Amino acid sequence: MPQALLLQSLDYSVLQQCMHCGMCLPTCPTYVETKMEKNSPRGRIALLRAVADGDLEVSKALSDEMYYCLGCLACQTACPAGVNYAELFETARAEVEQANVNDGMQRGFWRWITLNVIFMHPWLLRLIGRVLRMYQSTGLDKLMRKLRFFGLMPRSLAKLEPQTPQIAAQFSDDIILPQESPIAGQGSRVGLLTGCIQDLAFSNINRDTVDVLIANGCEVITPRSQSCCGSLHAHNGELELARELARRQIDSFDLDSLDAIITNAGGCGSHLKTYGHLLHDDPLYAAKAKVWDSKVKDIHEWLVQIRFRKPTAGAGVSEVTYHESCHLCHGQKVVSQPRQVLASIPGLVLKELPESNWCCGSAGIYNITQPEQSQKLLDRKVANLKLTKAPIVATSNPGCHLQIANGLRSCGDHPCQEVTQPVTLLARAYRSERS
Amino acid sequence: MGVKRMGWLKFMTNNQTQPSLTLYNELARMRLVNTVDANFIQSLQALLSPERVLTSVEDIIPYGFDGTAVLKQRPGAVVFPLTSEEVADCVRLACKRSVPVVTRGSGTGLSGGSVPLAGCLVICLVKMDKLIEVDEKNLTLRAQSGVITKEIDDAAAKVGLFYPPDPGSMKISTIGGNVAENSGGLRGLKYGVTRDYVMGLEVVLPDGTLTFLGNKCVKDVAGYSMKDLFIGSEGTLGIITEVILKVLPRPKARKTMLALYDSMDAAAKTISAIIAAKIIPCTLEFLDRVTVQCVEDYAKIGLPTDVEALVLMETDGHPVVVEEEAAQMMALAKANGARDVRAAADEAEGAKLAAARRNAFSALARVRPTTILEDVTVPRSELATMVAFIDSVAKKHKLQIGTFGHLGDGNLHPTFLTNELDHEEMHRVEVALEEIVEETIRLGGTVTGEHGVGLAKKAFLKRQLGEGSYELMRSIKQALDPQGLLNPGKIFDLRN
Repeated sequence: MPQALLLQSLDYSVLQQCMHCGMCLPTCPTYVETKMEKNSPRGRIALLRAVADGDLEVSKALSDEMYYCLGCLACQTACPAGVNYAELFETARAEVEQANVNDGMQRGFWRWITLNVIFMHPWLLRLIGRVLRMYQSTGLDKLMRKLRFFGLMPRSLAKLEPQTPQIAAQFSDDIILPQESPIAGQGSRVGLLTGCIQDLAFSNINRDTVDVLIANGCEVITPRSQSCCGSLHAHNGELELARELARRQIDSFDLDSLDAIITNAGGCGSHLKTYGHLLHDDPLYAAKAKVWDSKVKDIHEWLVQIRFRKPTAGAGVSEVTYHESCHLCHGQKVVSQPRQVLASIPGLVLKELPESNWCCGSAGIYNITQPEQSQKLLDRKVANLKLTKAPIVATSNPGCHLQIANGLRSCGDHPCQEVTQPVTLLARAYRSERS
Repeated sequence: MGVKRMGWLKFMTNNQTQPSLTLYNELARMRLVNTVDANFIQSLQALLSPERVLTSVEDIIPYGFDGTAVLKQRPGAVVFPLTSEEVADCVRLACKRSVPVVTRGSGTGLSGGSVPLAGCLVICLVKMDKLIEVDEKNLTLRAQSGVITKEIDDAAAKVGLFYPPDPGSMKISTIGGNVAENSGGLRGLKYGVTRDYVMGLEVVLPDGTLTFLGNKCVKDVAGYSMKDLFIGSEGTLGIITEVILKVLPRPKARKTMLALYDSMDAAAKTISAIIAAKIIPCTLEFLDRVTVQCVEDYAKIGLPTDVEALVLMETDGHPVVVEEEAAQMMALAKANGARDVRAAADEAEGAKLAAARRNAFSALARVRPTTILEDVTVPRSELATMVAFIDSVAKKHKLQIGTFGHLGDGNLHPTFLTNELDHEEMHRVEVALEEIVEETIRLGGTVTGEHGVGLAKKAFLKRQLGEGSYELMRSIKQALDPQGLLNPGKIFDLRN
């Protein structure tokens, strides 16, 4: 018996909420690229509604369209009617996976190894990280590149190779204690999410986050060997795996003893805040997930909420521009807080980036699944960064961070030489107070 | 035909009789028109490149509607010409094969003007997006019709010029669509509407002839003003492919003010007093109580929710004049009973004051699943009466209607917050709309101030115009498009 359509079991009012006014079109990077309604939010919603109404079969073309969508959620910011596009997007991707319209052994294998194996097992992910670190630190990667080893790989893989993130010398658990307290006086008690990619490539940013929290009187609890938050799975049609990871995440914190759970990755935060919806049918977790949602805070959101202390020393840079992670600004509506953090640093001028909330093309694993469109968006971002003439760009999501760094690296003379994050600059400023 | 006396909402609650479908079946039965078929698609592909001809179901479902609530229909094919000549070629082909053509820009219309007919050809002009020229000597701007309205004003602004019409959808609507619908906006009182800025049009006629109407001359009385016939013709007489627009010097300063009132009458009196003082503000926008409450619920900007009217006022022009007029307007607002009047010190503060108006539609649209935005318009002097009447109709039929709109030009936006799946409630919406339309006509108003007739206002048109004027329109359609192929069934039904 065929499985029931997910879109048909979805609350119809979510689909109906779209009044197809078109206000989303100019904010949608794929529509702006092609000017075809199918590639726009309201066009996709029309297709999903047609599926729910039984007027359209779940097809390969529908699947292609849902994977062409970046899931940047810029449409949610533009939408006058408050359509929950994130939910439609996730349900639709799950629908096309369930319908199995994307057969192809290779795709299936890569999805399985990534979603079901690597990102479900934190020890395995970190083991891979350690191997990669060794490979990079011995200079083997550079040698391989010199020998044009990657020329032997399929072209699509060889193209991706230079994008491999530089693995951090130490992971979060090596540089953050399970419990760290401020020296004098304690305000709040918070949990810290270290993320997966963030942990592998940017454990230093997790360290900076802890430092900033401690400097503001927060006691920080950091559970060991944390799992992926499940956003990767939810955004790629694996809602069951996403639920499992959500439960695991909730279980790793003693919710009642914490005032907030801090995330410093825009993409993860946007998903972490919707566990309540993801687990609403789970009798054991529904209530806990609701409490969880209310406690998850983006680091900038939290800093502004607790009226963070303005540093008295600078961060050693005079100009910065800010690129907004889509899921931080469109998903979580955290727009002014990172700017407030940057503006608080003495001697630092924030130069606004044109189209600061336009997707950089990273979009989870979009740069791997849709390299062509991803590159166009990256070029657009790099060009806008050039206009600001700022020597440094801050952002708050590991995906954007890596993507923009790659974009700047491949663009010879660019005024912008460094990618960093607002908390890193704030931590630097606090540190230089002591020197 | 069952189209005559029925309101458009009745069609929507009864799926069997969508207006375009009824008409189409009727025409097809009479063998007047054909639908897009494989042969026709081949010819289109030969004319344009194949990737600019959409026919697969996933590709064309998203072209089944525009910005109008509820109406939808599936076209047979969608094409994207790049030049006026390509548009002409497509029309000539459609004319030869008797296939109806519906023109579309970005599909943001609010009267169903670009909702297709089943199986018809949709000519989508969004890829004709070249801004051809900004002529600073003649103060004109020339563009292909698929250029986005906001890009027109942005291009003008670069050289200190100004394109005033600013419909709510200007960030995405196309200039061709604006001309075809004669769009309005917030600046109507001082700056007029789209029609006031059109100097020339390139048009493809229903038989495929490509012609240019008008020019860059301010004075031109050579024959009938043909361009005017096509402005607001809603795609029924020809396809606009290029426009020459008039632009103005950009005002150097602008001042924003906000006034709160305990009665709509007091707000209306203020406006009359301002105009009597020989001040023409560029913006005079109001929100009624329901809308203010929705805005506060949604945006939490600290508005008192017990006000009867919130009025946003702006004046623009020379800095000295602006300061003087703003002071006068604030004094007049107070003298006429405003509870509170605030002025913005700078642009940033102005944006804050304008937040309530900017959020009005968003705030209303998320209350219920279906939002029906109306645009009945009355002479300015009747506005307070009309707002009170709408309020009473809402109470009588137990409906949620938030009204906001343009105080300066009498253009109201009663916004029905409802659910299209609730047939009983939709029936009450229909009855309420009928009563509002009756009152509008009685007060000497119009059933549509800026959205156009399309399908949504078709049933009311004859009542407003009267037999003579209505038949005159139909004869013009008959003369220009005897086959009835361009956007048939919009504005009125064709003569059989």
